[in-house]
Amino acid sequence: MGSVKIRVKDTNLYYGNHHALKNINMDIYDKSVTALIGPSGCGKSTFLRCLNRMNDLIPNVRIDGEIQIAGNDINKYDVILLRKKVGMVFQKPNPFPMSIYENIAYGPRIHGTKNRSKLDNIVEKSLREAALWDEVKDRLKSNAMGLSGGQQQRLCIARTIAVEPEILLMDEPTSALDPASTMKIEDLMENLKKQYTVIIVTHNMQQAGRISDYAAFFLNGEIIEYDKTEKIFYKPMDKRTEDYITGRFG
Amino acid sequence: MRKLNDIKIITSSRIKERVAFFLLWIFSIFTAIILVLIVSDIIIKGAPHISLDFLLEEPRKMGKEGGVFSVIVSTIYIVVLSIIFAAPIGVAASVYLAEYAKESTMLNIIRFGTEALAGIPSIIYGLFGYSFFVFFLDLKYSILSGALTLTLMILPTIIKTSEEAIKAVPKSYREGSLALGATKLQTIRKIIIPDAIPGILTGLILGIGRVVGESAAVLYTAGSSLGIPDSIFRPGRTLSVHLYTLASEGISIENTYATAVILIALVFIINFSANTLINRIFIARRR
Repeated sequence: MGSVKIRVKDTNLYYGNHHALKNINMDIYDKSVTALIGPSGCGKSTFLRCLNRMNDLIPNVRIDGEIQIAGNDINKYDVILLRKKVGMVFQKPNPFPMSIYENIAYGPRIHGTKNRSKLDNIVEKSLREAALWDEVKDRLKSNAMGLSGGQQQRLCIARTIAVEPEILLMDEPTSALDPASTMKIEDLMENLKKQYTVIIVTHNMQQAGRISDYAAFFLNGEIIEYDKTEKIFYKPMDKRTEDYITGRFG
Repeated sequence: MRKLNDIKIITSSRIKERVAFFLLWIFSIFTAIILVLIVSDIIIKGAPHISLDFLLEEPRKMGKEGGVFSVIVSTIYIVVLSIIFAAPIGVAASVYLAEYAKESTMLNIIRFGTEALAGIPSIIYGLFGYSFFVFFLDLKYSILSGALTLTLMILPTIIKTSEEAIKAVPKSYREGSLALGATKLQTIRKIIIPDAIPGILTGLILGIGRVVGESAAVLYTAGSSLGIPDSIFRPGRTLSVHLYTLASEGISIENTYATAVILIALVFIINFSANTLINRIFIARRR
């Protein structure tokens, strides 16, 4: 068991009057993959978006409790630095409508890297880490919108890695992709967890089983059970977890 | 029997389909024909009177003889100046309305105001420019008074179209940028505006079209002097005003049509070059 990277204490989230996350307590371990599972609308994505404060963008959201990253309260971080440290990959691939190169260089540039050869290095390194380099190295200047869905998603992963985060949040990163692309991204995660703390929301039970070290089962805004993945899958403590895993609802 | 009925139904909906298609075709052809008629009428009557001399000579005898050189120069001054004023203000205002302003009564009043302003007849802008710029600010009849008045006139259109273009940028681009740790301003400058440029450009081109075509508001503010304005503080006569004067005072029917041809050509050239230029600057760079 690695050290604790993220510590979530007594966290509640309200959308107006709707109590969307109820008393969440969770320790997320460094250099591992943690899967958040549960039926639609159970709060997993909302929880994920708390970790890089993306919920700040939504009006009428109130959050209490405390979330610490490496021991520091995330609300005390400058939100820019926090989001640099905590990268996010979205459900639908969202490359910017510019070249492949510019997509990757965008992050380092806004954080102040201007040196061309430095940027070239970052672009190559990030694309290699995202297992996309060989497919695009000859057309870095062409528009990223011309890539396939799976390539676009790996590009988004590369773009996130390019700002050297410590944590990667992935919000159903393969739900819009075909099985072959999904496999590529799952293989990629195996490598990513050597360097990053990965938290992934997924609806796909097999995927959670294949790639995660820890899994948390969310239901109606609560964490019902959180443990090592094999424990959740083979010896769940709670009846509801078992029902969900075995496909009796959700 | 059953089969026969089916066939009947199919035939009747086919006929409806054909009739609808035919009507739509007729209407669209009708619009195209009107456009062709107007343009060809003007070109047929005006083109024979256009020569290099007409373009490069100054008008003589109030425009009865000579060319339209000074008028073209004044027109270009006014168009360029209005766009220089209106584009930054309009785009800045639309960014504020689309990205920063919180939904509130005040915002709704601003939106309503913008829309209402877009519908006000140009002569009212002319009257306002006449009393405010020409007299109150004592800018006199001048290119500057005219351009400022036209800036006010085209701002609502530019703001409205730019705001729509900015709002049409997918939310996922914003999220992607913010999640990388970009500030809101960086996201607007590097992601949102470049993506909204074609829409913003449409607004600017509509604005240019209105400036070039405007006569009433310019007549009241920039005057109708036929000389070449040597600064923006001097009066000048635009093509539309020239056209209006030539026609209404019956000075020269040939020169009226020739001026109209040049007006149409100028609108075309301005739109085309604005399009190419901005495409070069903003879109080509991103490929």
